[in-house]
Amino acid sequence: MGVGPHASKKMIDTVVIPLLKIAIVLNATLVGVTYMVLLERKVIAWAQSRLGPMRVGPWGILQPVADAVKLMLKEDITPTRADKWVFTAAPIISMVPALIVYAVIPFGGDAPGEVAHIFGRDVPLYITRINVGLLYIVSVASVGVYGIILAGYSSNSKYPLLASLRASAQLISYEVAVTLTLVSVILVAGSLDMVSIVERQRDRHIWFFFLQPLAFVIVLIGGLAETNRAPFDLPEAEQELTGGFHTEYSGMRFALFFLAEYANMIVVSSVVTTLFFGGWLPPLPTWLPFLAYVPGWIWFFLKSFVFLYIFIWIRATLPRYRYDQLMRLGWKVLIPLAIANLVVTGIVKVMLL
Amino acid sequence: MGEAVAFYTISAFILIFAVLVISTKDTVHSVLFLVLDFLFVAALYVLLDAQFLAAIQVLVYAGGIVVLYLFVVMLVNLKRPPEAYEDPHRRTKLGFGLAAAVLFELGVIGLYSYASPASALAANPTIPVTGNTEEVGWLLYTSYLIPFEIASMLLLVAMIGAIILAKREL
Repeated sequence: MGVGPHASKKMIDTVVIPLLKIAIVLNATLVGVTYMVLLERKVIAWAQSRLGPMRVGPWGILQPVADAVKLMLKEDITPTRADKWVFTAAPIISMVPALIVYAVIPFGGDAPGEVAHIFGRDVPLYITRINVGLLYIVSVASVGVYGIILAGYSSNSKYPLLASLRASAQLISYEVAVTLTLVSVILVAGSLDMVSIVERQRDRHIWFFFLQPLAFVIVLIGGLAETNRAPFDLPEAEQELTGGFHTEYSGMRFALFFLAEYANMIVVSSVVTTLFFGGWLPPLPTWLPFLAYVPGWIWFFLKSFVFLYIFIWIRATLPRYRYDQLMRLGWKVLIPLAIANLVVTGIVKVMLL
Repeated sequence: MGEAVAFYTISAFILIFAVLVISTKDTVHSVLFLVLDFLFVAALYVLLDAQFLAAIQVLVYAGGIVVLYLFVVMLVNLKRPPEAYEDPHRRTKLGFGLAAAVLFELGVIGLYSYASPASALAANPTIPVTGNTEEVGWLLYTSYLIPFEIASMLLLVAMIGAIILAKREL
């Protein structure tokens, strides 16, 4: 039974190319995550006048490999009275949502200059394009909370449980503010589709940051809180909780939590880039037209990198919030601001545009 | 064919997890099975081409409401032996009676819809927008405006009621 040329073409379109894209994006993410850890250690070291990791490879650039080998070779301990199934599932539950979000993040568009050429056909640089892209990201991220709650619960230990309760209260509170703010961005863009949000920014010749600066600030703060990054890293406050919700984890399972946190950081920077800073679009197309010769995905990575750097910079700079301060900021400052922003955006959109 | 296979697989999973929700001893586990159940219901929505509804299902039910369930379950001490839950006022007969009534109703509905199947919903030509989210929004704010407003009023009333119950000295 031979496969006709038509069938094999269809096979390439529906199976080979998507799988190839998924493999590339997943591997790039995981490598990026490991190097994020190194970058974080290096940047914090420089902020504190140290050198950071220097031993493994020149300037320590092979440190992630050493870390990975160490974590894989370590003994994987399950506490005796832990809830075994949930204890095993929790790291997976926090890792999977962090990775499947990349399905809708556009690294490039549909336009002729923005696509890649594989097997003699134009391939856009996103895995899939769905009508509810942004909503998909928000909902998948909301499932990621379970990883932390269950890790704390199943460890059968006091500190992880306290940390996970803290974490889930924090995540739920800031999710409200972030989601409300995203609604005002959606109002401006008129679409939930990540690709068309960027296309609107191209067609209107303005990045949405300049239309929604307050929304950008709220999403950035909320993003820090949702990824449990400093100054909102209460779930892993070492001084109070001996380590946080992953105290009882060791080896590769601990590494999964770590990877999930950094993967979420990359997700937040990618989403901020897409929503507010024009995704793959080059800056100032009218004044600096030659910048269009740089491929779109390089612009996307550059912009995301800026936000990743800001995340690390904030961690090196700001002290941790106290828990009541965190809650006050979330409920009494960010949510009212988000609602006000939404109302003003709606009025302006109806009256002026 | 493929759709039917997907539908029956997803439905089987939904039923299995629904049974596990009520048959598991550990309360946290049963809440987790509820999450899985909701995720498979979302998959069913995707199969029906209702991506917006699927995303909302995951966001609101799997990601929001069940997290609160889990919170309550973890905060309330439920690690007592099952004998501690013996209810002296348990009305077994009444329960069976109600269950029989519901089953009977379901059977009548099933029989009725089997006898006179609903005509396939014609594509509404009056909707001037395209796209899943836009269509849902359009229908909610035109044909179904009053039910939508009543539902939101109900939610508001429930919220105010909860606040008043929690803070009696207000």
